[in-house]
Amino acid sequence: MAVDEQIVRKVARLARIRLDDDKVESMARELAAIFAWIDQLSEVDTRGVEPMTSVEAMAMKKRPDVVTDGDRVADVLANAPAREGDFFVVPKVVE
Amino acid sequence: MSDLTSLTVAAAREGLRNGEFSARELTEAHLAAIDAAGRLNAFVAVTVDKALDMAGESDRRLASGEARPLEGVPVGVKDLFATEGVHTQAGSHILDGFRPTYESTVTANLWRDGAVMLGKLNMDEFAMGSSNETSHYGPVVNPWRAAGSDAPLTPGGSSGGSAAAVAARLCMAATASDTGGSIRQPAAFTGTVGVKPTYGRCSRWGMVAFASSLDQAGVIARTVRDAALMLSSMAGPDEKDTTCADLPVPDFAAALDGGIAGMTVGIPREYRLDGMPEEIARLWEQGAEWLKAQGAEIVEVSLPHTKYALPAYYIIAPAEASSNLARYDGVRYGLRVAGDDLTEMYENTRAEGFGDEVIRRVLIGTHVLSAGYYDAYYRKAQQVRTLIRRDFDAAFERVDVLLTPATPSPAFQLGEMSDDPLQMYLNDIFTVTVNMAGLPGVALPAGLSASGLPLALQLIGKPFDEATMLRVAARLEEAAGLDLAPDAWWRAS
Repeated sequence: MAVDEQIVRKVARLARIRLDDDKVESMARELAAIFAWIDQLSEVDTRGVEPMTSVEAMAMKKRPDVVTDGDRVADVLANAPAREGDFFVVPKVVE
Repeated sequence: MSDLTSLTVAAAREGLRNGEFSARELTEAHLAAIDAAGRLNAFVAVTVDKALDMAGESDRRLASGEARPLEGVPVGVKDLFATEGVHTQAGSHILDGFRPTYESTVTANLWRDGAVMLGKLNMDEFAMGSSNETSHYGPVVNPWRAAGSDAPLTPGGSSGGSAAAVAARLCMAATASDTGGSIRQPAAFTGTVGVKPTYGRCSRWGMVAFASSLDQAGVIARTVRDAALMLSSMAGPDEKDTTCADLPVPDFAAALDGGIAGMTVGIPREYRLDGMPEEIARLWEQGAEWLKAQGAEIVEVSLPHTKYALPAYYIIAPAEASSNLARYDGVRYGLRVAGDDLTEMYENTRAEGFGDEVIRRVLIGTHVLSAGYYDAYYRKAQQVRTLIRRDFDAAFERVDVLLTPATPSPAFQLGEMSDDPLQMYLNDIFTVTVNMAGLPGVALPAGLSASGLPLALQLIGKPFDEATMLRVAARLEEAAGLDLAPDAWWRAS
């Protein structure tokens, strides 16, 4: 399905990015061109081909299931744009 | 003192050990060069005090005979490596004011080995770009200019600050990262050597994530040997990154010595594009002749799925980016723009904090991952990726390395392509296959264009065989015999 303005608005909402009306049209045009180019992948016969899930086959490393880190409240909050005590502050979500 | 900035890392190590100059003098020479190069816009933060402290420690160690492998070598750091307490914004407005409370593994490894940090280097926002024009801090300017012209050229991207700073002798080497060509294309545009190692060779811990299955840290330097010295320090196992390989790191610099007689070099026929500029085609042939003259056998190979790498990349990279960039929510760090409720605060923050190219890619990625599209796009692209990797595996049954051009053109003018995203994406046509397959690649200067600009070749190696790839690169570098240094026009007042 071709990308149109309606899809761009929906996707922007999903991505939590405000997209002003004057930008929707140009974004839809650019994305439509990019997806038309991407659609050449439909030429490739991928029946029975496993999707690549790791670049090099290797067993995933596992570490012992023990606590190795913690008590870093100051570090975690150090870059917060808004905080109160040991909490991040967000706009009110419940009345 | 300015001649100190022209030294290679290898020569500086010797000079420091022999007491010909101090680490402090070497660092001060580079800080002065940075100070005089504001017009290049390569650095986004200069860490003067830290640099002088680290150089002081290096001088103490040199005096007491405890020098580490990169003792006193001043380097620059791409802005997407977390550096404790120091500006780290990945070229983005949304990370305004972010000061990490931790250090990336790659930079920690460099400091462990005695390197000196000069500062943070400009880049395309979140590494999304091929010209450095998407940076929140404005584009880096290439130290090279076409003969008879003063039009500003792009240094390439996304590691444009790293490439420009190394080419202009503002630092001896720099960290960089490569998701689709972001080390090799800027290296090609600036006459420097750019190495993207095998996926998993360097830890990604503490790197600002773009596309996690493609991102890989690497290095830009002025010689193959310098890149090898840097890489040996940067690479290695890391329990903090489960995709980082548990393999010992070879002494890449020691592995450079020796001939290439008896090696087989593959020339992939699908890289011979219609409309390839004559000077690029000629450079490629010249490179093959140089290797043949040193006893390598040159064979043509086929990588039939090459043309599908770039479109598949523009599904996978944006999909992973849309997921990785979900963390920028205005709550935990960086920019926050007020809104009437939580959702509006997210939407306002992300609209103002992300630039156009980042928004474009997050929207592409969100679309391909949205309900009903996953199989048609992401799964399909990962299947194509398997086919690309199989092409390489088949070729590497016959050859030791592959030789290709690095870019379809020399550096272009700033602004020349910024209105056409698709045209810009085609810059990565020779480099992106390497990321899709997870292989190591190196771009190195091999000639000059008719307009006097650097042109580069690329070598592609087998997985975790950077050593062979770099040895061939070193022989190519010797055969080319270039001694590249742009005129320092930026110093003029």
